[in-house]
Amino acid sequence: MDYEISLITTIGITVMFALSLNLITGFCGQISLGHAAFLGLGAYTSAMLCQAGMPFWLTLPLAMLVAGLLGVLVGLASLRVRADFLAITTMGVGFIFIGVVRQQEWMGGEMGVTGFPGSGLGKTGFMALCLALAALTAGLSLYIQRAWMGQVFKGIAEDEDTMRVLGIDVPRYKLAAFAIGTALAGAAGGLYAQNLKFIGPDSFGFVESVTVLSMVVVGGIGSVFWVVVAAAVLSALPGWFQFIGDYKLLVYGGLLFTMMRFSPHGLAGIAARFTKARTAPMPGASR
Amino acid sequence: MSSAPTQALLRVDHVSVRFGGLTAVDNVSFVVNEGELLGLIGPNGAGKTTMLRAITGVVTASEGNVYLHSEPLVHLSIDQRVRRGLSLSQQLVKPLRTMTLVENVALAAGFAKTASPLRSLLHVDRGVEMAVGMEMLARVGIAERAHQLPGTQPLGVLKRLELARALALKPKLFLLDEPLAGLNSKEARAFANTIADIHQGGMTVVLIEHNLGEVMRLCQRLVVLDNGKKIGDGEPRAVMNDPVVQAAYLGGDTLGKAQSEAQSQEAAHA
Repeated sequence: MDYEISLITTIGITVMFALSLNLITGFCGQISLGHAAFLGLGAYTSAMLCQAGMPFWLTLPLAMLVAGLLGVLVGLASLRVRADFLAITTMGVGFIFIGVVRQQEWMGGEMGVTGFPGSGLGKTGFMALCLALAALTAGLSLYIQRAWMGQVFKGIAEDEDTMRVLGIDVPRYKLAAFAIGTALAGAAGGLYAQNLKFIGPDSFGFVESVTVLSMVVVGGIGSVFWVVVAAAVLSALPGWFQFIGDYKLLVYGGLLFTMMRFSPHGLAGIAARFTKARTAPMPGASR
Repeated sequence: MSSAPTQALLRVDHVSVRFGGLTAVDNVSFVVNEGELLGLIGPNGAGKTTMLRAITGVVTASEGNVYLHSEPLVHLSIDQRVRRGLSLSQQLVKPLRTMTLVENVALAAGFAKTASPLRSLLHVDRGVEMAVGMEMLARVGIAERAHQLPGTQPLGVLKRLELARALALKPKLFLLDEPLAGLNSKEARAFANTIADIHQGGMTVVLIEHNLGEVMRLCQRLVVLDNGKKIGDGEPRAVMNDPVVQAAYLGGDTLGKAQSEAQSQEAAHA
């Protein structure tokens, strides 16, 4: 039973993390190759505040705040660069995060942080918390998609210049996407630290950023339901198949390549084609 | 900062636009009066589209200013200018292809709800805007395609969609960049009639267009640019009869012809 509880907890945290990237990359079209840095920032904030004696539940909003603030800073960089340049910029942010953490002894340096107080919820209670927060994130994502913000994000993802001509303050909306997405990643980071009871710089490297991006791409950029499915399945796979854990980058990199080549709209695109939900083919979808 | 005359909705005041060593618009001034349909014309490369882009903020004026009523616009971003009442229908139609036609127009119609990210987060209902979207699509004659995606539509429909979307912003000044380009003569005539209807509904319009037949039919006044400079401004027939404008439009031979005709007429009178 312990294994199942641990697996479901990991799935809940991963789903939340993937949905947080889906807000930025899926909804608003801003590619990020350094999203694990925000997971890490939330994890370090929560773990170190717990270590300082703060109750876990209080560290979560602060983890969100710290990650969200850095997210806005990275978002500011996104205002000046587009697409592929943004991918490189965010990748750089990821490397900077790892580089800084490694050098800071007060953050545990190479050895990481461990031995911080627990959440006090017990394994089942913590699993329930993770699932509840993942469900809340999914609910928020669906709400944003239905709200005017979702429409504006969709437009910005397709064509920023046209949105400007429609009176949209594109930079502010991009910053909003980064703020919300990175704050949610920060909360997921707080849960991640509590779940593993150990965090180190290598837990938030480039591989993790690519892993979460592949979850969003495999699910279908912008689709809440299919990103949840992809994140749940892909986070469970390494536990079921040893070789996936051993060759993580190869497997997720291969999945990214295969999806981009054969179904750029991911599982959501495949499902849409099967159910013929749309009257016309999606732009860019391979036939 | 000088104030614009009361009847002038838009005042372009000594605007120059330079790209490196190239002067695309050279010290151009003109006004657009309230309720007017003004034609901004000139041969290819005259600087018309650059002028329009300087008005909307797509390019930044190197010198001079643009005033809407009396408010200077030159330091405002595109979206801020749009929210103050400018609306641009672009030469290259750019519909959002993942949204249906009516959703495209509704997105523009919801400009009050999209003024800030927070406001857009707090509003979900799109009923009113979808209704405005249908109304605008009906106004430009493509309501029956409202729920189709732009990817399957011919150019004529997409041009009308662009028009409907720009109208949904409820602008004070409507800027149209070559709306008739790429349409056959029948489509162009019908489209021009739609523009005339919009103008007669009280809209102030600036029209950039190469189809001179329709320009002469629609416009009350013309401003002519050539090589970035203003070479004519006035009532359409008077402007088009100006030998300088004719020469710019039709080539140097015409100037020669125009001058020789003028000389022979003078000689005949003598």
